Amino acid sequence: MGGRLSRIGLRVAAAATVIFLYVPIVIVAIYAFNDSKNQSWDGLIERLGVKGFLGTFSLRWVDAALSNSQISESFWLSIQAALGATVVALLLGSAAAFAVHRHRFFGRDGISFILVLPIALPGIVTGMALNSAMNAGIDGFDIGPLHVSTPEFGIATIIVGHATFTVVVVYNNVVARLRRLGRSLEDASMDLGADSWQTFRRITLPSIATALFAGALLAFALSFDEIVVTNFTAGTEQTLPIWIFANFKLPNARPIVNVVALGMIVLSFIPVYLSAKLAGAESVASAR
Amino acid sequence: MTKTAASNPIRDSWLRRMSGALYRRPRLVLATLLAPPVLWLVVIYLGSLTLMFISSLWRLDPATSAIVREPSLANFQDVLNPEKPYLQVAGHTVVIALIVTLADAVVAFPLAFYMARVASPRTRRILFITATLPLWVSYLVRVYSWRIILADDGFLNWALGFAGLRGPGALGDVPIAIVFSYIWLPYMILPLYAGLERIPNSLVEASSDLGGRAWTTFRRVVLPLAFPGLVAGSIFTFSLTLGDYITPTLFSGEQFIGNVVYAHVGVSGNVPFAAAFAIVPVAVIAVYLLLARRLGAFEAL
Repeated sequence: MGGRLSRIGLRVAAAATVIFLYVPIVIVAIYAFNDSKNQSWDGLIERLGVKGFLGTFSLRWVDAALSNSQISESFWLSIQAALGATVVALLLGSAAAFAVHRHRFFGRDGISFILVLPIALPGIVTGMALNSAMNAGIDGFDIGPLHVSTPEFGIATIIVGHATFTVVVVYNNVVARLRRLGRSLEDASMDLGADSWQTFRRITLPSIATALFAGALLAFALSFDEIVVTNFTAGTEQTLPIWIFANFKLPNARPIVNVVALGMIVLSFIPVYLSAKLAGAESVASAR
Repeated sequence: MTKTAASNPIRDSWLRRMSGALYRRPRLVLATLLAPPVLWLVVIYLGSLTLMFISSLWRLDPATSAIVREPSLANFQDVLNPEKPYLQVAGHTVVIALIVTLADAVVAFPLAFYMARVASPRTRRILFITATLPLWVSYLVRVYSWRIILADDGFLNWALGFAGLRGPGALGDVPIAIVFSYIWLPYMILPLYAGLERIPNSLVEASSDLGGRAWTTFRRVVLPLAFPGLVAGSIFTFSLTLGDYITPTLFSGEQFIGNVVYAHVGVSGNVPFAAAFAIVPVAVIAVYLLLARRLGAFEAL
């Protein structure tokens, strides 16, 4: 379709879009390994010209970031929160996937709707809603003589928030795998005398294992990065994204923020890359 | 002597009886599977949303800063009061969201079109991954990188300097629109690609067989058929822009719906008003979805 000129034009425009997508990521990486405290690009280019890339290459700021106790604390909080949310998402998401795939029931079509709602609604709405509920829960309420209250803002509330919007990631992965598998292998296993537990353990579980793992990795990556909802559920605790948010505008923190930013890129890329390997590129796309 | 679970007759028969019993009671299995996720989402999530709606009807007593738990429409009157800034904030946010959506549609189209209609299957797969991966790079990091790029002594001014130009700086509506367009771009590329890929080749060929020139075929056949994909993408870009408060906080002196809500939770502790104002984007998106449906955007999805 179209003449030579429009073909070339299309290629150029498509290539420009790809470059646009990746330039910012590359720039963060260049800054992270640079020795300068001054963040001017002119200065950086000049010194690159004089000294070359290796001449300015430095782990100075990587060191500074690694020995910063605030960063390591928020890093561990992020890891714990992501692990907690992943476990909950794994349990709830795969249970929902089995229920939807194996059974017919009233409201079945509503399940995926309600699962996707926490990420479909704007983050500010989800965050605000959870914040109202958690505030009310902390104030507590009386059931007869008992005064019941939920945990203060902290790791527990962060996990609850993250789990709520990561369930759908596991669900999507597992339900897609179950649909593709069909039931013939399981039927064969049952016909050959295996009971339903044996069939589950020997047939079903091995064939959905990679989907479970891929879903878990994606849930982890999603949780590790999250800030919009986390800000509303973390109280005074700082996850790594919240630390970046707090230090974003401080000029002195810039070189360290660059390093942490690159670390975040790497740490979210690894799980996503692995899950794309395990479950196909589509699983990665459908999750976001 | 070791005994494995499989060779233990007692445990084996117990497991077998259990699984048999469960197999004969599919409703029990269903209930066990369904209860945890449904309870979690209904109690925690829908419950939270409901509580947000309810607390939007409460108000903050200005004298004591205590929350008065009596239903009133005071917060919504504040939102709609033309003498207060909130209507203007909402309008400003919606306009920026529309601009971002339009910019994303224009930038995404060539790549989506190339992926769907020109590229070989191999290139297509690579481009698909290329377009998806940035979504998994930390949102905050991608926002942050634009802070470095748009800074006065940053990459953009350096690059534009060769042409004697200057960039928009790092504060204001222009950088905000650029950053939003960048961050949500993959959400436009992917549905648009899916929409374009679904267009049957036979229709395009028929159009050119019947004498349609390339441009005519594109305008009269491809574009209308790609419209549902475009609308699907626009729902993401529009809704995500409406609900974001991080980027406005970092790039703008202007107020957006998101950071007004955030400020009311954090600084002034006026949770009822924040809840009321958070309902505004929900209402705007509902209207947007209704309009999209009127335009027939969901028929092909």
